[in-house]
Parts: sequence; structure tokens; C-alpha cells
Amino acid sequence: MSAPVTVESKPAPPPVEKIKVKVDGREVEVPKTTPDWLGKPQPTTMLQACAHAGVDVPHYCYHHKLPVAGNCRMCLVEFGTPVIDPATKKPVINEDGSTKIARSVLPYEPGTPRGAIACATPISPGMELYPGSPATAQMREAVLESLLINHPLDCPICDQAGECKLQEYSVQHGQSASSFVEAKVHKPKSVDLGPRIVLDDERCILCTRCIRFTKDIANDDALGIINRGSYNTIAAAPGRQFDNNYTLNTVDLCPVGALTSKDFRFKMRVWFLKETKSICPGCATGCNIVIGSRENSIYRLEPRENDAVNGPWMCDTGRLDYKWVGASDRLREVRIAGKPSTWATALREISVRLGGVKPGSLAIIGSARLTTEELYLLKQLGRKFEAITDVVEHSGEADRLLVHAEKAPNYAGARLTGMAFTEAGINLPQIRAGIESGAIKSVIAFGEDLVSTGLSVELLSKLSLLIVSDVVSTATTPLAHYLLPGCAYAEKRGTFINAKGRVQKFMKAVEAPGDARPEWEFLHELVHQVTGSNGYSTIEGLFNSMAKELPPLSGLEWSRLGDTGVTITL
Amino acid sequence: MSTKIVDRKPLSFFENSYLPTLVSGLKVTWKHFKKSAIQGKPLTMEYPEQKWVVPQGYRGAPYLVKDQDNNTKCVSCQLCEFVCPPKAIRITPPGPNGAPADRKNAEKSPAEFEINMLRCIFCGLCQEVCPEEAIFLQKDYSLTGESREEMVYGKARLLQLGGIHGGIQKWKHKLEEAKEQEVFPVHAE
Repeated sequence: MSAPVTVESKPAPPPVEKIKVKVDGREVEVPKTTPDWLGKPQPTTMLQACAHAGVDVPHYCYHHKLPVAGNCRMCLVEFGTPVIDPATKKPVINEDGSTKIARSVLPYEPGTPRGAIACATPISPGMELYPGSPATAQMREAVLESLLINHPLDCPICDQAGECKLQEYSVQHGQSASSFVEAKVHKPKSVDLGPRIVLDDERCILCTRCIRFTKDIANDDALGIINRGSYNTIAAAPGRQFDNNYTLNTVDLCPVGALTSKDFRFKMRVWFLKETKSICPGCATGCNIVIGSRENSIYRLEPRENDAVNGPWMCDTGRLDYKWVGASDRLREVRIAGKPSTWATALREISVRLGGVKPGSLAIIGSARLTTEELYLLKQLGRKFEAITDVVEHSGEADRLLVHAEKAPNYAGARLTGMAFTEAGINLPQIRAGIESGAIKSVIAFGEDLVSTGLSVELLSKLSLLIVSDVVSTATTPLAHYLLPGCAYAEKRGTFINAKGRVQKFMKAVEAPGDARPEWEFLHELVHQVTGSNGYSTIEGLFNSMAKELPPLSGLEWSRLGDTGVTITL
Repeated sequence: MSTKIVDRKPLSFFENSYLPTLVSGLKVTWKHFKKSAIQGKPLTMEYPEQKWVVPQGYRGAPYLVKDQDNNTKCVSCQLCEFVCPPKAIRITPPGPNGAPADRKNAEKSPAEFEINMLRCIFCGLCQEVCPEEAIFLQKDYSLTGESREEMVYGKARLLQLGGIHGGIQKWKHKLEEAKEQEVFPVHAE
């Protein structure tokens, strides 16, 4: 990757030079330079100046995190510049005292207004932009009509319908009929571009966003345009598949329905999806995501822009890792020694049994998939019984864009709450030795399969008390004396702290199956029953009280986290 | 907006006696009495033995229709499901691995299409919104069943009740147009 995706928030930069322009007659002051897709300051463009004035300029090929291509022509805007006297080099002043403005016109046809592409034209002092002028409107209509010449208009079967820029701009700037009477050029449909992407060449408007993304951001120069004129088509390089870990971002980037996801293909119309702000639990990067769900089932995940974490992107692995949430192997009932029971009975029995536990004979194994609040509550239990605590390590491959080597979202939270030490998993051998020697008689395990971490079934059956909470059934769950069904990240609220110390909250998208409850909910009941300290019944209160107790979180409140989180010093 | 106050004309002494309204009412009664009792033409119908002739444009139950080639027209765009005011329509989209559409070029057709006739209010918004002319309000007005489940009409039943409704067959034409263009070089007229 040639650009750092994450830009950490720094102290306020030195004041930038401002210039004054007029947008539809309104004077606005805009910075002379604006960071481009690489973060380097570049002269502010007409499109950015209009955005400062609160005016949206329609565009297809321009994307603020991609290099500018300027090929769709949708952002054409009529403009004018001050007339400069060649002799004095000073602006010519009208009789009424205003600056004389020369409107842009065609050089060979001085009566006809000429637009400039707002995405690539820098502004100059005194410039006047007319995004609302009749000439600009006419240019947009003409460009849109031209883009629709060969468009198949198959919105009823197009997955993009509902979030399609062609549809949106057609409503604003389109005409109901086309001047073209010729037959539309037909191009290949449902082309298999890669393992996760389908391409419909007829719908493509050749904005090249996908090509620029895969070349400049994903660093995989896999796509290009082949053939000529009306037969232009996007294609993967000969003999290659469009297959890297970031291909599905092109589906988000595609302003039309040309690139669609194979996973989401024909699954649900987008206007039915409820969008919930969440955090990807796949690795310690903690990409901000939006969960698209309808009636308790998740249909897709999409990245949510956060420049401090993931920019507007996310990896394909994380995006497609949602199916386990609604899977059939989820734990749905509380079990005591393998027999179905109720929460009230189980929690009462557990607090009685824990009351008889001798200090030092308890081990608590948590998971970095738990929220910070849940790890904090587990640590409170641990402190009461002088328990030895740890979280299980999951590591894997990292890449240079977004994927982190730690394969769980909350290792920083585990360290901060004291559940884990400098490295996750270093206490596990000691716990195993303790069980072998009989020093540890009780184990509380949350969200991890103990058998796969090396604690054998024989070893676990030596325990006098084994309390397990998990979301799916594992090799450990049948051994549990008390089995408490927990929630997936999409079924509860909480915070994760990513590898860079960003505290980010996530919201609940779907209901948990059966009797499953959020871990923090029953943990706070348990902590209250066992330690007698105040249990908070809301996640807000729990977070706020945790923030008061843990120094790195001091001053933080749930409401202050916002949608994009707050960075703390770890 | 200004309000215009209309003066009400005061009733005359004769009008206040109720007699003119009484007489005009009795005229109507006499007309119907003459028609049914004297001329022997009944004004009521012995339903359900006798059935009512449904007028043109009557809004009865919505059913799915097939095109003239006996193919399912619905492409599962779910606009009717979205627009349906009582949420009577329920469509299961085909998903990535669903069966292909009857018409080769249409790519998509519903895996299941259900209308709960107990919820349906026969408003006709589904017919109005349909971009494929695949659903029409037809003339059935008396739908009965012995259970709630029976009143949820599935795709097969809706298609069978709907029958054939021809149309312009845009998907077929697109395919034909595309096939013509595959002949190379393109014919100059």
C-alpha cells in the first residue's frame, strides 16, 4: 500500500491559508489546500469548495480516498473568474464597485457556457462557482443522458437498486426519455470476475473507481478496461481472477450495480436492511462497520468510515464472517450439569458455590472477544477470589493495510482491565499446572474452548467446579457444570479497544437466540451477588463506573465515545 | 387562506312543514315497490346461489400472472412487499444459489411469494408499483378458508389463480437484441 490508511489524531495543525470564493453568489472562505487521498495537501478543488458551502456536486468517478480520474464528467460546474487588466495586473472593477467576472465559455462559441470538472479543477481567489445555474443543470442532464445510453435499466433485478447513484441522480437531473433511438450495445452480464465478485458489464459507467482502488489501495493491479468505444468493458488481467482480501470494497465503491457481491447477490433488497453501527470482531484493528439486518437475520456487513481506524475500507475476511451469528450451533439454553435449567437457578447456585471457593483455588480464563465491560466484571470476580486470570491468544497473519496479527478485537481491553498481562496466554501453563497439582479446583471460562487451548478433557473433569459461558457449542461446553449461553457482538452493546488504543462502542443489531443473554448482564448480577458491590444494570452506567476506576479510561463517558471512538494512551 | 361564509337560505313555512321531503321520499319508495312487487323484478340477489357480475376495474384479490410463453413474470424486486400498506406480501428472494428464472435473461425470480389474504386490503398498490406487470388485482372478492395458514397464498397457488397476462416481454427482446449484436461484423444498412 502506498498510503497509510490510518491517520492518528494529532494536535491542531498550523492555521492554513484561506481564500475567498463565491458559490452561487454566497461568499465562502475555504482553505487554500485540502489533503488528497494520500493525505498530502493539494490545492482545494471546486468540488471541495462547494462542499464547504454545503452544496453537493453530483459525481461518479471522484472518491475522496482515491486518486482523481476526472472521467465521468458528472461534476461539471459552470464558473467565472475575475477579469485581470493586462496592463496593471489588477482585477477590473465594475461601475458599481464589484469585481468584473468573466463567465467560462466555449472558446469557439463565446455565447455558450463551458463547465469545468469540479473534482479536478483547483479554485483561485475571487472565483465564482455556479453549481445551481441553469447551464450547470443542463450539463448534468446531458452527461447523465450520455451515461445512460447503453445502460440496461434493469433496476428490478439489480442488487444496487436503492443505493445506486445512477438512480439518485436520475431522480434529480434525469429526463424520462432518451434522445437515442438506436439499439443499446449489449455487453456480457453476470461475469465471474473473482471468487467474491460478479460483474455486469452493461451496467458499468466506466468510472474506474474499482481499477484505481485495486491498483493504488490494495496494491493488486488486477483490473483494467478492454475493447474500444461503446464496447469498453472492465475485465481482470488475462488468465487472472480478481482475488485479493479487499475485493469487496469495490462493490461499495461501484456507484452503479456493475460490481456486486456474490455473497449478497439476490439475497435482500437494500431498503429493507436496518443499519446498525458496530465494530468488526475479526482482529485487533477494530474496523468500524455497519450491520445490515432485517427481522433478526444479518444480511451483510459494510465498512463505516473512520479515518483513525480503517478509512472507508474493510477486508473481505471480516466482511464475510457474520454467518456464525445466526448459525444453528448457537447455545440457546442454560444448562446445569448438562440438564436444561433457568438463569435464576443457575446464577443462585453459582454464587453459593463460589462462596465456598478458597482464595487462590480459582482460575478465570476470559476471551479477547469479550467486551471491555465484561472483562472488567470478570476481573472483579477474580479479585474477590484472588484468582489467576488470563485470556487465550489467537494470532495469525497480518497484512500492511488493515489485517492485524491478533485475531480478536479486544486484547488491549484485556490488558487494560488486568485480565491478561503483557502477552495474552502466558498464565495458561501455570493454570494447567495448578489443575494438575490440584491447587486449582474451580475454573470460570468465558468465550473460549479450553480443550483446544491444551487443557485436556481428563484434566477438566478433575475440577470440582467448571463454569463455562460461550456463544457456540465447543468441546468444552459438554463438560461444564454450569453452561451459560452468551451473545455474539451483534446481539449486545459494549466497547472494544483496538491495538492502537481506540475505545469504540458497538450497538445491538439482532436479538440473541433462545435464552442467551449478554455476558455483561449476567456477570454484573453475579458480581453483585458474590462481592456485594453495586451492579450496574445499564451498559452506560457500567462503562462510566469502569472508566472512573481504570486510569487509562479516566474522563471517558459512554456518551463521549461517539460513533467513531476515542483514542487513549495504553 | 381566506374563508368565504355562505349564508344559509332560511326555510319557508311550507318547507318547514316537512311535507315536500316526505313526498319526495315516498316517491322513491313507490318506484321500488312498483318495480319489485308489481312488475316482479327483485332488487336483491340470492347470494351465493346467484353470483354478482363484477364490473370492469373492480379491485379483487391480487394474483401473480405468467407471460404468453408461460413464464413467471415476477423478478423478486420486492417493491410490492415494500409498498404493501398492511404488510400482506412476503417474498423470499432466490439468494446467490437460487434456481434461475424461467426467462433466461431475467436472472432472478422469487424462491417463494406469499400473500396473506387475511391482511390484504385489495388496495392495488402492488399492481401499481410492479415494474414487471407481474401482479394484478383480479375479480375474486370472496376468499374463504378453514385456517389462517390456508389463507396465506403461496407462489404456486397465486400463479395458478392468476393465469396468463401477455405483455411486451422486455427481457426476451433484450436477449434477442443482444444475440443480433453477436453477429460480427455488424451489418451496415
